[in-house]
Amino acid sequence: MASFNTISEDNQLTNFMQRIEAGEKIEADDWMPEDYRQTLIKLISMHGMSEIMGALPEKEWVPKAPSLYRKLGIMAKVQDEMGHGQLLLRVTEDLLKPYNKNRADLMQDLFNGDLKFHNVFHMETKTWADAGIIGWLVDGAAIITQTDMLKASYGPYARALQRICAEEVFHAQHGESIIMALAEGTDQQKAMIQEALNRWWEPLLMFFGPASKETTGSSKQDLTIKYKIRTKTNEEFRQIFFDKYIPRIISLGLTIPDPTLRYDKDSNLWTYQQPDWNEFKKIIKNQGQRSEARLNLRRHSYEYNSWVRDALSANIS
Amino acid sequence: MNDSVMSPEYTDAVKNLLFQLADDDFMYSFRGSEWLGLAPHIEADIAYSSISQDTMGHAAMYYTLLENLGAGNADDLAHSRPASDRRNSILTERVNGSGYYLETPHYDWAYAVTRSYFYTQAKKVKIDSLCESSYKPLAEVAVKVRMELYYHRLHWETWFKQLMSSTDVAKKKMNEAIALVVADFGDVFSYGTQKEAIESNGLIGSEEALQEKWKMNIEPLLTSLQVQMPKIPDQPVKNGRNGEHTNDLEEGLTTLSEVYKFESAAVW
Repeated sequence: MASFNTISEDNQLTNFMQRIEAGEKIEADDWMPEDYRQTLIKLISMHGMSEIMGALPEKEWVPKAPSLYRKLGIMAKVQDEMGHGQLLLRVTEDLLKPYNKNRADLMQDLFNGDLKFHNVFHMETKTWADAGIIGWLVDGAAIITQTDMLKASYGPYARALQRICAEEVFHAQHGESIIMALAEGTDQQKAMIQEALNRWWEPLLMFFGPASKETTGSSKQDLTIKYKIRTKTNEEFRQIFFDKYIPRIISLGLTIPDPTLRYDKDSNLWTYQQPDWNEFKKIIKNQGQRSEARLNLRRHSYEYNSWVRDALSANIS
Repeated sequence: MNDSVMSPEYTDAVKNLLFQLADDDFMYSFRGSEWLGLAPHIEADIAYSSISQDTMGHAAMYYTLLENLGAGNADDLAHSRPASDRRNSILTERVNGSGYYLETPHYDWAYAVTRSYFYTQAKKVKIDSLCESSYKPLAEVAVKVRMELYYHRLHWETWFKQLMSSTDVAKKKMNEAIALVVADFGDVFSYGTQKEAIESNGLIGSEEALQEKWKMNIEPLLTSLQVQMPKIPDQPVKNGRNGEHTNDLEEGLTTLSEVYKFESAAVW
């Protein structure tokens, strides 16, 4: 009987696809086709770095949180995000082993622009309401895309997502609680949320990515569906987001900044004004509002503290 | 003792001590929260953030005890009191390094580790003593704090030890940090003008006894690392327990209360 190693690549691929189709989990040391590994690395490293870079806009409001209770809540929330980043980078590090790359390489990829972070985290925050919107709607959007991958074919990612999604639910509740307090508050507080919603609406539409690869020239959504990493398209996610959040936003007395937005009963879909996808293309090239400032902050602190990593890795007799 | 049978003098002494404890942890936690996202390792970031969060929880418990004693609303006490009313040690108000946290600050990890290690060791000595406090509600809070403090102390001791037994660069930076931290340590064990009232009512051990215990606790590690025992200044340059503070406190309070003070009638 031929050993597994002598099976031709075609057979390995057939065997791999059979496992995927049967709903089996692929583990870190299993054989996998190159494009599966590459897709996972791109997806999970971007997810991980987005958690870490995503801590920065919210972190801007941690010291300023307006009560002891809010301070405790947002500290715990941002700490969770860093924790998700750590979990996901560990998953990525295992996938990177055949290339002899590690976390330090991922950080360099982030700094030189090869590794992207999510478009929403390039945005400027202006008031405390932004911290609420991030928790409520950005984390709410993330729950929609991430819960879809809870059954992802790659076991280590699916398991990390179990914990991440459970915590994201708390984050969305934390954000909603901030927004509810503002919505029931003074005129200035109400104006603060409306302005924040106006700022975040387009980034939230962009969150799910363009409907097809024609918009930006490339998309991994076909591959991720083929390999059962996820099940739905970008547009399907966006429509789920609309279904869930449009009624809630309106019930708070807020106005969604899109006069064309309406529900089409024939197609059971929301029609809406497309965000400026040219702006999206700029953001994913790190040319968004705060892209360079946040990258610079992380790059600078990473380099300024490099002596600590040197000290810990030094072989002292 | 409980709230129903307390003399006005005793109540004042309790309040004074509570303000010292609450303001210490509140400012220490605030400085920790500025580090979020900037620590040298992601793992270090998560741990430090967890410690800052625990410590904010400790501050909240002390402010709540003050609220229960009629000192005012806990959030107001934390966010609204001017610098001259604050009773924290100047060590806890010091900035993390140069630069504002929203820009590109130069935060010093050696200072973060050293301040945290020395401060946490001091806090442990105080908490151990507070577990025996004559003021029962405070003793009960101290028991809760002690459970978390065990891990904080272990964490910072590990960092202190590792950096102190590593490269020459690390040792140099750590020695510079020790000098900075020790220079500000003069009011950590002080009760300021309230010394007599706080000590004689059995609320916590004496300044001298606690300081001595702190020295005994850190001496074995420092000796093993060939670090000279720090000489705590006899007279603090400024005594935070008496409301004497550096400009760092004023600037920190402006940041941490910015949203709270945005609109006085607002509930957040």
